[in-house]
Amino acid sequence: MGKYVCTVCGYVYDPKEGDPDNGIKPGTKFKDLPEDWVCPVCGASKDEFEKEK
Amino acid sequence: MQPVKIAEGVYDVGVNDWNSRNFHGYSINMGTSYNAYLVIDEKIALIDTVKKEFAAQLIENISKIIDPKKIDYIISNHTEMDHSGGLPRILHKIGENKPLFCSKMGLKNLSMHFPQNWNYQAVEDGEELSLGEKILTFIEAKMLHWPDSMFTYLKKEKILFSSDAFGQHYAGYEKFDDIIGDAIMPHAKKYFANILLLYSPLILKIIERIASLGLEINIICPDHGIIWRKDPSKIIEAYIRWSKQETKNKAVIIYDTMWHSTEIMAEAIASGINSAGVEVRPMHLRKCHRSDVMTEVVDSRAVIVGSPTLNNGLFPTVSDLLTYMKGLKPKDKIGAAFGSYGWSGESVKLINKELEAMKFEIIDPGLKIQYVPDKEGLEMCFQFGKKIGTAIIG
Repeated sequence: MGKYVCTVCGYVYDPKEGDPDNGIKPGTKFKDLPEDWVCPVCGASKDEFEKEK
Repeated sequence: MQPVKIAEGVYDVGVNDWNSRNFHGYSINMGTSYNAYLVIDEKIALIDTVKKEFAAQLIENISKIIDPKKIDYIISNHTEMDHSGGLPRILHKIGENKPLFCSKMGLKNLSMHFPQNWNYQAVEDGEELSLGEKILTFIEAKMLHWPDSMFTYLKKEKILFSSDAFGQHYAGYEKFDDIIGDAIMPHAKKYFANILLLYSPLILKIIERIASLGLEINIICPDHGIIWRKDPSKIIEAYIRWSKQETKNKAVIIYDTMWHSTEIMAEAIASGINSAGVEVRPMHLRKCHRSDVMTEVVDSRAVIVGSPTLNNGLFPTVSDLLTYMKGLKPKDKIGAAFGSYGWSGESVKLINKELEAMKFEIIDPGLKIQYVPDKEGLEMCFQFGKKIGTAIIG
């Protein structure tokens, strides 16, 4: 499962960890995140993320 | 303001904004300063500028040291307009083709403020710029507190130009920590509480990163307020403490009131909390500014919110505070709600909903009293406070 990086603030979404503070269980793939999920650090929307190189 | 010499060839050429009292909704009772730094070697660099209205003063200050036209490079550590507003004027003065160094996000954000065809040069994290003997290193500091934020480090002199981090809204001729002493700390804490609290996890990371890079810091030059030269570790340690959101045995009671009933409740609750040996601070929202309230929230273990029910909802100042506080993301607080009401009494439920959204530990369903608290009601308030105080002591 690939990690995704927020191009605004540099936060890395790691599917292994998910985003439990915002109701995203560990093991959730980036593509399966709800469309209204936002970066937990800066609030940028999902389309501001890029796959980690 | 006269330029302030910081080290050989390093000057603060910024300005005091003595009578500013409101900084985008944050009350600043001592005004503020917009610091800008001139670094002189074979090449000359200006780090950050000032608010647009003060650009002429900036140029005048620079002129007291060198002819501004001799500036070779501009460095923008932060896009926000209190630091970038002077760019058009200064570039017009020194030549619009002069390189303007900024972070990659700085390039993106500055271009949206200034679409002029300037010579923007985006730098990488860790990239160096030589001025001769003096070498500047750029350190990415994303979200401290904007995506474009960057620090600039002057190697040999060990000076960190830290943009808004470690700043304080304070205007004065006392430009150094050793001159002003501890009187500056409440301003630094207020700045942290109102500008940086929400980025606490990132602050800890960047402080760790600076330590891992082995950067020694002799002087910290922020973009607002005084310069930390005597003991920069003091403000770094305070930032670590505030970022960890370490609390005291303290509660803050934030409320507004219509006919004093919620106020009477607040004071009885305060007595109850204090009876458990806990420091407590009741704050009336039309007497205390939201930014002063946030400063008290930072080191409080419990945040107790009271509102009368007005038109089936919250009192507007309480909504204002809750919205503001939620955005600043205080962590690991004990919370509880109270309020007087006439007939419907929605306020406690509405406050609880907001406190839950902030993931506060709600230790009581809340206390509401119809119209005016009687003797029994006051005793309930006292016991409610005592329960909170006991929970704080743990």
